[in-house]
Amino acid sequence: MIQRRDFDLALGELSTLLEEMGRRVERALVESVESLKTQDVARAKEIIEKDAELNQLENDIMDIGSKLILTQQPVAKDLRRILVAFRIASDLERMGDLSIDIAKVVVRLEGQPLIKELVDIPRMAEIVQKMIEDSIKAYEREDVDLAYKMAKEDDLVDQLYGQILRDLYQYIVENPHNASQVMLLNFVGRYIERIADHATNIGESVVYLVTNSRPDLNS
Amino acid sequence: MSTTTAAPQVTETTKSVDFKTIIDIKDMDLYYGTYHALKKVNLTIPEKAVTAFIGPSGCGKSTLLRTLNRMNDMIPNTKIEGLVDIAGTDIYSNEVDVETLRKKVGMVFQQANPFPKSIYDNVAYGPRLHGIKNKAQLDEIVEQSLKQAALWNEVKDFLKRSAFSLSGGQQQRLCIARALAVNPEILLMDEATSALDPISTLKIEELTQELKNKYTIVMVTHNMHQAARISDQTVFFLNGEVVEFDQTDKLFSNPSDKRTEDYITGRFG
Repeated sequence: MIQRRDFDLALGELSTLLEEMGRRVERALVESVESLKTQDVARAKEIIEKDAELNQLENDIMDIGSKLILTQQPVAKDLRRILVAFRIASDLERMGDLSIDIAKVVVRLEGQPLIKELVDIPRMAEIVQKMIEDSIKAYEREDVDLAYKMAKEDDLVDQLYGQILRDLYQYIVENPHNASQVMLLNFVGRYIERIADHATNIGESVVYLVTNSRPDLNS
Repeated sequence: MSTTTAAPQVTETTKSVDFKTIIDIKDMDLYYGTYHALKKVNLTIPEKAVTAFIGPSGCGKSTLLRTLNRMNDMIPNTKIEGLVDIAGTDIYSNEVDVETLRKKVGMVFQQANPFPKSIYDNVAYGPRLHGIKNKAQLDEIVEQSLKQAALWNEVKDFLKRSAFSLSGGQQQRLCIARALAVNPEILLMDEATSALDPISTLKIEELTQELKNKYTIVMVTHNMHQAARISDQTVFFLNGEVVEFDQTDKLFSNPSDKRTEDYITGRFG
């Protein structure tokens, strides 16, 4: 016998909003890196403007979740579903902000040709995009194995970031005038690396939701 | 990772290990005539802790509570098999004096049931029945019991007034004081707050946290959040069987049995 239909519908709505946030964050990352590669300032500005919508989604999740805690007094997995929705929403919001930060770099680089063709940054972004996709998929399906598998990719992201730092350093050695651009590109690498850490957090939330235990997927 | 959620206690054990067992129930069956109301119940209840019985109506939780001070003896055609051991005594053995048992195992009911007497006489009733006549001694017991029931400050100037002049919540605390006056080891509470307003309910809930330092409390409640708030162990009953018995934190955060999860999350029952 299924009871609490309205409660279940509201929990479903939380998932739908999170999935929507996930899709938007993925798009924001892909588009911001694309705009960096093509130095498309107009596109970067569009991405920056869209941030408000993502913040609104996070607020909606907070509102619905708080109301459910207040009115439904959830326990066990029901409670975890709401706690996890709060946490994932906050991770996704940060991931969105970091994508915006990449777009802001594009704006700051306006009129400056890139010192090199970007290869590793887009590669890194591609891996992280897949991590975002998988983290949301793991949440939708409550798939603990996928959460762990996704988090493993973070090692590769960290490696790539190290490599990007070393490469960029060479450009300063060659010509100190490159320093300011190198610093900005280094930031981009750092932002993408941080997005991957938040994706890993989502994986941890999935494991907590399903098992009630709190593993550290970052280690 | 860091989270903002309250840490649920993660325990591997399903039984409490920090406490000494005071009630030990082994393979107990109870029949009302041909109706099999409790089936092969095995349960150990720890001393000086709050144990809550939860479950849907008719699951057997109140029946089990009433076996602990033999209240079911009053219901005709009741048959009990198996062992109910309290502090080393098989309470259904022939040598057990039921009155002595009920002195040791006090009970508070859903409806406050003070006697039509003064506040003082309600509390002094039990001690007098057990032979205490000395006025100073009775005064001392009445004061201590009312203090323990968190009622003393509200009634100390009106001890001669009728118990019926008290509010429902005060009457219930008076009944707790009356139960404590005979110095029991165990206090059974059968839906003891379900007829009370929220403030009186909170007072009694707080009271249980004080009382458990000295007494063992076993309570039946339909309010799952009350069980989650104030009990140390929770037992979930269904159709006369114990489905799950665990630390309250564990049972309400990560129940082991699907039926427990369905019940506490309101998916059935």
